[in-house]
Amino acid sequence: MTAAPAIVELRDVTVLLGGARRWLRAVVPPVRAVGGVSLTVRAGEIIGLVGESGCGKTTLGRTLLGLQRESAGEIRLDGVCVSALPPKAARRRRSAIHYVHQDAAAALDPWWSIGRTLEEGLRIHGIATAAERRVRVDEMLDAVGLDPLTRRRYPHELSGGQLRRVALARILLLQPRFVILDEPTSGLDMSVQATVLNLLLELRKRFGLTYLFISHDLSVVRRMCDRVAIMYLGRIVEVAEADQLFAAPRHPYTRALLDAVPRLDPSAARPVALHGEPPSAARLPPGCVFSSRCRHAEPSCREAEPVLQDESGHAVACPRWRDIGPAVGGRAKNPVLALA
Amino acid sequence: MADPILEIRGLRLSIRTDEGIAQVLDHIDFTLERGRILGLVGESGCGKSTVIRAIIGILPAGARIEAGTIRFNGEDLLELGEHELNTRIRGSRISFIPQDPYLALNPVFKVGSQLLEIMRWHAPDSSTRRGRDKRHRDRIVALLRRVQLPDPEAALERYPHQFSGGQRQRLVIAAALATAPALVIADEPTTALDVTTQQQILDLLRELAVEFGLSMLFVTHDLGVVAQLCDDLCVIYAGQLVESGNTAELLARPRHPYTKALLACHPDRAVAFSGIPGTVPSPLRAGFGCRFAPRCSDVRGLCITRRPHLMADRLGRRVDCALYDMPERVTT
Repeated sequence: MTAAPAIVELRDVTVLLGGARRWLRAVVPPVRAVGGVSLTVRAGEIIGLVGESGCGKTTLGRTLLGLQRESAGEIRLDGVCVSALPPKAARRRRSAIHYVHQDAAAALDPWWSIGRTLEEGLRIHGIATAAERRVRVDEMLDAVGLDPLTRRRYPHELSGGQLRRVALARILLLQPRFVILDEPTSGLDMSVQATVLNLLLELRKRFGLTYLFISHDLSVVRRMCDRVAIMYLGRIVEVAEADQLFAAPRHPYTRALLDAVPRLDPSAARPVALHGEPPSAARLPPGCVFSSRCRHAEPSCREAEPVLQDESGHAVACPRWRDIGPAVGGRAKNPVLALA
Repeated sequence: MADPILEIRGLRLSIRTDEGIAQVLDHIDFTLERGRILGLVGESGCGKSTVIRAIIGILPAGARIEAGTIRFNGEDLLELGEHELNTRIRGSRISFIPQDPYLALNPVFKVGSQLLEIMRWHAPDSSTRRGRDKRHRDRIVALLRRVQLPDPEAALERYPHQFSGGQRQRLVIAAALATAPALVIADEPTTALDVTTQQQILDLLRELAVEFGLSMLFVTHDLGVVAQLCDDLCVIYAGQLVESGNTAELLARPRHPYTKALLACHPDRAVAFSGIPGTVPSPLRAGFGCRFAPRCSDVRGLCITRRPHLMADRLGRRVDCALYDMPERVTT
């Protein structure tokens, strides 16, 4: 993995949303949705971005795509700086990056047949004649495991799993190299979810893709991703190889998050729930953003915002992680299989 | 095992649609013992919500209950009229925790007035208006404090949008408990929440169930949540009951091919990602046999034409599958 070159690099990317300076009225300060995120994505890997609602995962995805302009920091694509551009130019420079919307049904036009929707992207990008477009669409429908006749259907006729496949086919037609998957399994049943995830793995191999896998479902992330970044209130608090992160989480937030996942084994010890709720991004606590809910917080935590400290590939933004003892909730690989 | 609060027997329900009659529920049987939490599990469209709607009598137009009984405290709810359900059962003895608390609360009224209205409606008494309101208000504040809503007195004066998702769920839980119900029905109350909030709400529900001696019917698609909260478990597939029994026992040793396949999809157990091949059959073309048969890896000739309804064994374990329909397997 380490040998693969970086495809996307983020350096101290900050995104401020809203805020207004109005004449003769109080200044509304902007909300820091993403605060100083640095992350390197290597070609061919699946990197998971995990966090609870409102933590800035989707904003970060939109910023990478170029829909949201970064307020500070640098984004590099294949080593070339593509940041500090107005949205239209940014989108053009980042055409290798594509995005799969979290709600596939909402992302498709209900009045357009699937075939027309799929051909639209090719037409916009000026690809080929009508006949060739049709051939490409048929090939892609086949690649995502849909019948070619699906091109004549409309979104309401398809199931949730099929809509995900259409959404994937639509962006794959444009030959992306880096795909942002926003909650690719939300709203899918367990049995359908597995087939969609399998398809994602297969497509990655076939088209040489790199995924940014945005999700709040930890069990899925654990199985899908090579590396995982945990986000809390706009900050990345921990990044590591998936195996390492799930086996030995370091940041207190990561530990609480992993402990909160309901397990299939009813006899498993129930860890103490995290108290309170994440504070509003408009009123960030001073110092470490997690300090207001952290069981191990000390006055020193509220003084300076900790930075990610990399240590042999496992980075954590908590200077005290060694002092708080080993993680309690280290999950056995297959707790119930072991039991049966 | 002899004091059921809710007992559903042989429930069959169909809904008339433009395309024909949809057999939505086919022979649903389960029992909720007093003081226990029963999980009702299935994938979307399997009929979980229809079961709940049948219990509280809010079925959609065109729905017809073809057979079966729903006994609540020994009384068949299907025989009660709308008026009786309203005055004696719904909201007062059976209360409901919805999936989306934001939709359940009226956005233009203060939370306090909405909670007080529930109390006024379901716990009428003859005392003066002021005295009664004071008592109701005190009870609500106590409940809001119990569900750990910060600053309960001030919360009454706020509007639903001023609360976070987790807080709104706490509000709705308090509302469900306000009338001291005997049975609480919860429809996926944690699905829309983040995992850490979900953990807080599950902890709260577990504590409240013990403290208030609640019996709870908990509907969900998440087997992990069931494992953490429910005493007993009932698995439904395409409107048919497939397996039921004690949660720990059922999860450790699933018997029905569907339950096995479903558990094998769970990321905690899956060896590789494998879905269940095929799709859920349409209730419009339901035959007489087992509805899982077309997707079952262990299907026999008999499965297509008829479906066994086995009795529960001594431990309350029941599997509706022909594979277990052998004389030596059936224990009554």
